[in-house]
Amino acid sequence: MEATIPVLILAMPLLMFLFLGLFGKFLSPRVSGIIGTAGMGVVLLMCYYTAYVYFFSGSPEFINAEGNRLQAIICNVDWLQFTDNLIIRLGFLLDPISAMMLVVISTISFMVHLYSNGYMRDHHGVYERGFQRFYAFLALFSFSMLGLVVATNIFQMYIFWELVGASSYLLIGFYFTKPSAVAASKKAFIVTRFADLGFLIGILVLSYYTGTFNFTDMTSVPVAGMNDVYAVSAETATGVFNIFQSKAAAGFMGCSVMTWALVLIFMGGMGKSAMMPLHIWLPDAMEGPTPVSALIHAATMVVAGVYLVARLFPLFLVNAEFGGYALDVVTWVGAITAAYAAMVACTQLDIKRVLAFSTISQIAFMMVSLGVSREEFHNLGYMASMFHLFTHAMFKALLFLGAGALIHAVGSNDYTDMHGLRKHMPITHITFLIGCLSIAGIIPFSGFFSKDEILSSCFGNSIFAYVWMSAVAALTAFYMFRLYFLIFWWKEHKVHEGHHAPKDQPWTMTLPLIILAVVATLCGLIPFGNYVTWDGHPYDFMAHFNWTIAGISLAVAVIAILVAARMYKTENPLPAKMRQAMPRLWDWCRNRFYFDELYMFITHKIIFDKICRPIAWFDRHIIDGTMDGLATITNKASYAIRGLQSGNTQNYVWVYLIGALALGGVTVAVIFLFC
Amino acid sequence: MDYSQFLAMKQEIGLLVVFLVVFLYDVFMPRKGVAADGRAYVKGTSLVAVISFAIFTAACFLCPCIYEPASAFGDMYVTTAVAATIKNILNVGVLIVLIQAMRWADSDIQVVRRGEFYQLLLITLFGMYLMMSGRHFLLFIIGLESASLPLAAMVALDKHRHESTEAAIKYILTACFSSAIFMMGLSFVYGLTGSLYFVDIASALSTQASTGLLTIAIGFVMAGIGFKLSLVPFHLWTGDVYQGAPTSVTSYLSVISKGATAFAFVVVMVQVFGQFYTAAWEWMLYALIILTITVGNLFAIRQRNMKRFLAFSSVSQAGYIMLGVIGVNEMALAALIFYVLVYIFSNLAAFGVIQAIENKTGLVDMDSYRGLCRTNPRLSFCMMLAMFSLAGIPPFAGFFSKFFIFTGALNQGSVAMYVLVLIALINTIISLYYYLLVVKAMYISPDECKVPAFKSATSERIGLVITVAGVIFLGLVSCIYDSILALCGVA
Repeated sequence: MEATIPVLILAMPLLMFLFLGLFGKFLSPRVSGIIGTAGMGVVLLMCYYTAYVYFFSGSPEFINAEGNRLQAIICNVDWLQFTDNLIIRLGFLLDPISAMMLVVISTISFMVHLYSNGYMRDHHGVYERGFQRFYAFLALFSFSMLGLVVATNIFQMYIFWELVGASSYLLIGFYFTKPSAVAASKKAFIVTRFADLGFLIGILVLSYYTGTFNFTDMTSVPVAGMNDVYAVSAETATGVFNIFQSKAAAGFMGCSVMTWALVLIFMGGMGKSAMMPLHIWLPDAMEGPTPVSALIHAATMVVAGVYLVARLFPLFLVNAEFGGYALDVVTWVGAITAAYAAMVACTQLDIKRVLAFSTISQIAFMMVSLGVSREEFHNLGYMASMFHLFTHAMFKALLFLGAGALIHAVGSNDYTDMHGLRKHMPITHITFLIGCLSIAGIIPFSGFFSKDEILSSCFGNSIFAYVWMSAVAALTAFYMFRLYFLIFWWKEHKVHEGHHAPKDQPWTMTLPLIILAVVATLCGLIPFGNYVTWDGHPYDFMAHFNWTIAGISLAVAVIAILVAARMYKTENPLPAKMRQAMPRLWDWCRNRFYFDELYMFITHKIIFDKICRPIAWFDRHIIDGTMDGLATITNKASYAIRGLQSGNTQNYVWVYLIGALALGGVTVAVIFLFC
Repeated sequence: MDYSQFLAMKQEIGLLVVFLVVFLYDVFMPRKGVAADGRAYVKGTSLVAVISFAIFTAACFLCPCIYEPASAFGDMYVTTAVAATIKNILNVGVLIVLIQAMRWADSDIQVVRRGEFYQLLLITLFGMYLMMSGRHFLLFIIGLESASLPLAAMVALDKHRHESTEAAIKYILTACFSSAIFMMGLSFVYGLTGSLYFVDIASALSTQASTGLLTIAIGFVMAGIGFKLSLVPFHLWTGDVYQGAPTSVTSYLSVISKGATAFAFVVVMVQVFGQFYTAAWEWMLYALIILTITVGNLFAIRQRNMKRFLAFSSVSQAGYIMLGVIGVNEMALAALIFYVLVYIFSNLAAFGVIQAIENKTGLVDMDSYRGLCRTNPRLSFCMMLAMFSLAGIPPFAGFFSKFFIFTGALNQGSVAMYVLVLIALINTIISLYYYLLVVKAMYISPDECKVPAFKSATSERIGLVITVAGVIFLGLVSCIYDSILALCGVA
């Protein structure tokens, strides 16, 4: 494939960012919105074209004679060459998951660009302050995210990884006059940066031992029983395999270095994907404009952690083969986070927070799915995870954009201000319902298929995992429909004096909702296994479809929905009773298990008070004191010798003479005494 | 006598031609101009001087024969590629000084005697050439004296200001005393070795043991040359003379005279005493450097007059230049030449601003510079760059010159040198304080500025543009230092 279009995919958003960022001030908001949306539309077409070429052209570059999909490096330039081996390259890698991500990112990004034309103005059509800046940042984000998924090496990924972090920071803090938004952006940046510290150390450890940054070299390791189709050369493949084998013995604190490397890299993923205990930034990130939440904090950036694990999945498998725990860590973190986030989501008031916790929980599903991909379930788990990533991006973006429409219409984030909106906003209502049905896993909506595959692979791993994740799936259906009923039913909507009744939003906002609703309904029918599997080998999951599991999960979801309907469809005292029945649990869930308080305690009471304050004292008194002392001495000395410069020529000559004599005399004396 | 020997002195002859052109023009052209007090003067002397000197400078740069090693008068006079380069560098500095001085020289008071200024200046430059190329102490002393005595007349050029006269008297008294001491040292040397040829002295010294008399002689020689470099404690004239002299003369004194003497100092120390008495004179120089840098800094902190302030700053800068003498190797020599080059540009940039303001308003106090950035932003900016460069803040040229001179000194690798460089570094920090005082006065002080907004003369602008360009690019254009290094490596 020619490199022109792939390079343009990256260059377009970057140029748009520079253009809107530098010249946006001189454009009217309307024009810059149109430019941004149109530019993103072009990127969308180019991404679709690239993905189409990758999946359907049948070019030998992308698919071999046995029908296995290959990794293809479209272009790769040496960017920084430190030594012969240590080269950082920037390039464009096409393989099943990066092609899929191109589609996801460009689709959601385009929808959000379109939607923001309506969202970022008030009811009178006046554009928000900084509208051009908003589009510039969106373009920057799109550039960074696209760069992240097509990275050919882990260092390029890290660069773009930080760039998405930075653009996320900029967009969360878009309303920079609001203290809570500023605090949220700071929190998001610091927490993810902290996680990225682990990521960086992991990269360094991994690259030190494997001797490469390149994904193609790293992930082409042969795993027992699997065809190593990604192998660029048998030598490197075996090389990496041997490295893992030789380093399998416990190296540091009971784990091999490779396990450490992978776990540290996964730590970066945990930060970005808001896995417990590094999840605390994501709920707060909802301070950003809602389209941003849809794009960054639901569909694309937050799944970067999943993408990272998927990208390095062969390494995790090899590690597991030699008794490493990296994949177990992924599983456990995912499983605990999924349950935790689902429980918290049941008690939140703010509809965006509910969706945020739901996102955390769903991403955890994907993590679990990768974690349980063992032995004969390699294919299923990995494929299910990516499939869920795809469907989740669609329906969660739909839900967020729907929530945005609600918030825009009502002017509040709390569902207590919404109740009974189904008659006022029919389009939003229907599309939101489709999103809820999809995430709950009702056939034939997309979520059903992807979630069912995840549960199947859990079942294949252990019955415990299966039951655990099914319970979380039931909770998911429950809290989503709790939200749905509380927003659209519960009681009639009360319109306050002097306010208009809420109504459906302009076409720029409803059109993306409708499109995404259609996609969320239908995309489950894509034979995903034909396109995305971990080794490029097509996997026909319908042949392995387990109707029993599907039936059970469907039944569980329906029951959960019915319970939610019983509790929240009309105004009744049942929820209050439930709350009183288990006050402790409710309090903990409502306060997110007090994680924020715990962090505050650790940072303020322990780190700031016990470590930073003494260091600050040392700096203020010892270091500054020394410097001040030096300055004082200098000043005093300067004052003391001022008499030397008397202005009297006789004195000058005297000093000169003494100096000249001393110069020779002292030297003579020294030589005489010591030599 | 074979008169063709004179052809070996190409740069000197060129300079003499420039001198004659200026001299003849000023003496024999009809006096068509009429000064404010009614006296007649020759029009266009400044322009003739600047243009002829510019042609001379360019010719010296471009003509490859300049760089060929040559000698004359039984090796009393020797020139090498390095010496030719140093002379070229000084020529550039002199050209800038001349351009910057035009406004002052053409002023109503000076215009009738500006010819003297140009002639005296060229004579002193001629003396410096001889100092750098002389390999016989007689020639060296002729150079030294002709570089010193006319300077006293130049210092006194501002006849209407009694400070100028006072400075000249102080200068000539201390200079004569210094010359006497210097020659006394030389007579000791002559008595010990029986020759005044550098080569003969060196070879004679190589056969005899060190004596107390010789050490004292070295001390006297060092004092004599240290006087011109204003090394502490031979520097006391500096403050008064720099302050009293006309600013154009001060800037000439501070950069050209100093640069030339520094190079002559290297020649004398290395060629005469270098091989055999390294320990003795290096320890003396070691002490002088520490004293010079520190005391210069300590005095500079307290100054309020810009010229006096730069006088002490130049005392301390001379200490840094001497770091290149003490580390006798190619790299240190290259660092020294580069340091002089950068110092010429940085200091002349500062003096350019001072002159522009003094010519317009007569103000030279640091206090009158308060808030200058609001009335004269461009002048303030030039001054700031000059101060940054003198203080050695990257990316300006001063940073690189300091860096190279420290590296050159450290190349020796002895513990004493590390200590010396450490002391120099600490002093750099102290110097940062007073250089930034100027910047603070110009940029941060909220006071109303006493200097009104004005448009500086074209000549002043040209001078500032050249010097500021030098301050910015000399360090960044690495080939300049590389070529100097290559030159010194060959030499």
